[in-house]
Amino acid sequence: MAEILVLVDHVDGAVRKTTLELLTLARRAGEPAAVFLGSGFDAARDTLGEYGAAKVYVVEAPELEQYLVVPKAEALAQIAQSSGAGGVLLTSSPEGKEIAARLAVKLGSGVITDAVDVTADLTTTQSVFAGGYTVTAQVTKGTPVITVKPNAATPEAAPATPAEEKVAVAFSDAATKARIVERKPRAATGRPELTEASIVVSGGRGTGGDFAPVEALADALGAAVGASRAAVDSGWYPHAYQVGQTGKTVSPQLYLACGISGAIQHRAGMQTSKTIVVVNKDPEAPIFAMADFGVVGDLHAVLPQATAEIQKRKG
Amino acid sequence: MKIVTLVKYVPDATADRTFDAADHTTDRAGVDGLLSELDEYAVEEALKIAEAGDGVEIVALTMGPDGADAALKKALQMGADSGVHVVDDALHGSDALATAQVLAAAITKIGDVDLVLTGMASTDGGMSVVPAMLAEHLGLAHVGFVGELTVSGSTVTARRDGDVASETIEADLPAVVAVTDQINEPRYPSFKGIMAAKKKPVETWTLADLGIEAAGVGLDAAFSVVREVTKRPERTAGTVVTDEGDGGVKLAEFLAAQKFI
Repeated sequence: MAEILVLVDHVDGAVRKTTLELLTLARRAGEPAAVFLGSGFDAARDTLGEYGAAKVYVVEAPELEQYLVVPKAEALAQIAQSSGAGGVLLTSSPEGKEIAARLAVKLGSGVITDAVDVTADLTTTQSVFAGGYTVTAQVTKGTPVITVKPNAATPEAAPATPAEEKVAVAFSDAATKARIVERKPRAATGRPELTEASIVVSGGRGTGGDFAPVEALADALGAAVGASRAAVDSGWYPHAYQVGQTGKTVSPQLYLACGISGAIQHRAGMQTSKTIVVVNKDPEAPIFAMADFGVVGDLHAVLPQATAEIQKRKG
Repeated sequence: MKIVTLVKYVPDATADRTFDAADHTTDRAGVDGLLSELDEYAVEEALKIAEAGDGVEIVALTMGPDGADAALKKALQMGADSGVHVVDDALHGSDALATAQVLAAAITKIGDVDLVLTGMASTDGGMSVVPAMLAEHLGLAHVGFVGELTVSGSTVTARRDGDVASETIEADLPAVVAVTDQINEPRYPSFKGIMAAKKKPVETWTLADLGIEAAGVGLDAAFSVVREVTKRPERTAGTVVTDEGDGGVKLAEFLAAQKFI
């Protein structure tokens, strides 16, 4: 059975949940082999084994942390070629897509981005045109390179003791052309990562710039906080939390849109959410058309009351 | 300094976009097209660099069918100096890999390019992979997802805000930089700009002009294939209540009934 390579998305060895989803999907199509690039492997070893990595390729080199993306693409290309891999799965993040793009050119292989499902024969499902269409597709040449969106699968444990192989990579001159000169970790919010969260509470123009009721409801539900482009463009919430075509695409179990009208730009980022709840003062807001449950009312009154009621019910 | 901005002609995202029933490619004829909104930020950033420096030339480059030069026209109206339209029937259905190959050849033909500026994604395909593929073909640095850009001498400094960290990147020119919609506020073409654009040169190149074989691009040469296209059923609206002082409680009741609390 061919190895399906999974590029481990991690911060100093802390493995992100999306990687566990990729390992789960890789198991359908072949033998999951994790590719760990950078430092901190000791912290990642047990998690990768627990979720079924039969093999782990480890590349430790300062270039991987000092330069943007290309060293990672070169390392992954070398491993894909030497292992005769049947496919490569990466997280659909800006970095994951940049690596996938260069990898596809290096390998002379087709690439598919933003898959929400991957089958045993590496047929992918994608949601396109702002969620208006579902497309299935397949790479037909080379080693399929596929980036997968968070929440595409539920991580399933399948304990294995991975064989570890340290790989040395000789980087090209092209690998060191974009230098990372500063790295400021984002301050932790204590909330789930937006694209990974099972519940997202988002605020828009209707907040008037006051996100406190949105955050309080999110915390009562253990949810992530999102924002519409209008709220981000007004400087009310950071861009990293923007849900929409030019921000994050989320697909949680429950999405609460508060004070958001529902422009195509926003719908593109949340249309595939399982359950959608809307709170908006304007009964004509287009977002009500996609709501499973809606409240016509001022979010500054409705959200605090909902938060209090949830806390009461939770005891 | 010569800057190339990539401008894509896309179906209007607010219209009812669809696929060609025969070959599953994006239907570019049945829906009005326009310059991909996200590319306007790349054009604007090029204009800002030109306004801050001397002797900066901006070439807008598009690849697409007849009519795609409307994207060039918008870029010229905003202030780009000239345009290049790569058009060839054999390009129909080209995937990202072929697109990057063709654009790389066009940039090489334009010659002496210091900086390639692109949007973060197109508003139709939206893969976000072409800029990095282009850089791979051209052997250049690529910095994507850029929210702030400074050009100083032969170096670009860029800030990109990721999920876990904000990074500052330095790269030597020539380089490919993809910018987000956070980087600037694109201008509207002025009346003067609209008039001036009519006199700006636009060249039209075919695959033969770029020395690329038709057999290597287009739908038949694509490295991936669309198997099925299904229209997602419209969401049906559920219950909507009007807040009469108990909207929050009703919301909580709905969440409890759905087992979210």
